[in-house]
Amino acid sequence: MDDFYREYILDHYKNPRNYGTLENPDISYEEDNPVCGDRVRIDIKLEDDRIADIRFQGEGCAISQASASILTEMVKGKSLEEVRQLSKEDLLEQLGISLGPVRIKCALLSLKVLKAGVYGIRGWPGEEDHA
Amino acid sequence: MYDVNAVRAQFPVFQRKVNGKPLVYLDSTATSQKPLAVIEAMDEFYLRYNSNVHRGIHTLSEEATAAYEGARERIARFINARSSREVIYTRNTTEAINLVAYAWGRANLKPGDAVLITEMEHHSNIVPWQILRDLVDIELRVVPVTDDGYLDMEALDRLLDERVKLVSITHMSNVLGTINPVEEIARKAHAVGALILVDGAQSVPHLPVDVQALDIDFLAFSGHKMCGPTGIGVLWGREEILEAMPPFMGGGDMIRRVTLERSTWADLPHKFEAGTPAIAEAIGLGAAVDFLSSLGMANVRQHEIEITAYALEALSEVPRLRLFGPRNPHHKGGVMAFTLGAVHAHDVAAVLDREGIAVRAGHHCAQPLMQRYGVVATTRASFYLYTTFEEVDCLVEALHKVEEVFA
Repeated sequence: MDDFYREYILDHYKNPRNYGTLENPDISYEEDNPVCGDRVRIDIKLEDDRIADIRFQGEGCAISQASASILTEMVKGKSLEEVRQLSKEDLLEQLGISLGPVRIKCALLSLKVLKAGVYGIRGWPGEEDHA
Repeated sequence: MYDVNAVRAQFPVFQRKVNGKPLVYLDSTATSQKPLAVIEAMDEFYLRYNSNVHRGIHTLSEEATAAYEGARERIARFINARSSREVIYTRNTTEAINLVAYAWGRANLKPGDAVLITEMEHHSNIVPWQILRDLVDIELRVVPVTDDGYLDMEALDRLLDERVKLVSITHMSNVLGTINPVEEIARKAHAVGALILVDGAQSVPHLPVDVQALDIDFLAFSGHKMCGPTGIGVLWGREEILEAMPPFMGGGDMIRRVTLERSTWADLPHKFEAGTPAIAEAIGLGAAVDFLSSLGMANVRQHEIEITAYALEALSEVPRLRLFGPRNPHHKGGVMAFTLGAVHAHDVAAVLDREGIAVRAGHHCAQPLMQRYGVVATTRASFYLYTTFEEVDCLVEALHKVEEVFA
């Protein structure tokens, strides 16, 4: 099997980091992709505008769930300003795989949930790039 | 003797490789591949006699009209229509069903009337009736499916009463593969004074379909699922019903006489064909019908029964595979929708694609059916007249690989 399902992705899919929910989260947001049924929820605990703790829960394909796991690792401890700066390219680079237009939505679902939860941004990250 | 390799040799696409592997195309339920004869028929039109049809007093237009109307004649024979006047060109099955909903439905249904559909319909045979329901205040009734993928015929008998004016039902499910007893349902519909529309998108490409033997009132199907091009489909209707219907869309070609005050309509079938049609595509569909007729639809069906029987057995040995729909190859077409343990359908399809195998993953435009079986998505492998036993072996082997990757 080539890099599409390389160990890194499968590891995050089979052993998701920061999985679960938080009690009394400061931010909690969930979204799904009705086309394929991928679903991701993210809970965040803030301290001084930093992400002190983060959990995600969800179901769906390996790309969507591994991406959520990887994203939580990327932003834990980061300030909200740093999260604002985070681009879809940052996440895709971390995933390290090239994806077609359908699967890219799987990969970016977690980022959409994070940004919507933090800033109320409802659009799909990077939607304007391949509309 | 059906020679599948000789059939495959007529499809140029099978010469290509995908991800370094020979293409194994198991997505014909979405759209079929095209034989060279269809591609050449369309090329020939554009290269030699491209012209608009009807009313042209020049050689090219006469040739184009003859080819365009000649295709209609052959399509009519293919489904055993009484006359080619009953064959209306549309863009696809979806447009054909919408034509009936708008033109027949709005003129004939009144509040309190009911339309009967089933739980295994494609969205294209659900949504037009929901739109009509909200417009005219009719009731939309739904026949449920059983756990093993058949229509619940007892429920159908209960739901089918004198208030039902139209039964609109798929001939073959695009997910379960189930072949519904259309002839029996037509008899029951007529007994309560209802008409019957058959969604033939999956049946016309795969089975012999005879509109007179089935004794139905409307049949909708698409060219691109039966070796023809996209952008062309057919609504067949019984002539007296079509005659009584108002037009669907207004414009050129569908009129007899136009003044600024009023217009009168052209005769069938042109009354329902406003605007310049998809000429090359109609000619391509005519070539597709010739191709299918040369193989013989009974032979096509027999080949698919054999492939389906083989696949049913082979797939039953894949661990954790849950198959949806009937297990009897005589009751279903070559459509295998399944889940594989907890592995998401997208992941299954992505791994198969790496092996050169094309399948579909998702809800297959049948979300209510997915809800019925409690799944968000399935992987669907589908077969056609060019599918080989070796390709089924490739599928099963690749499914074992999926297991290895996600174990």
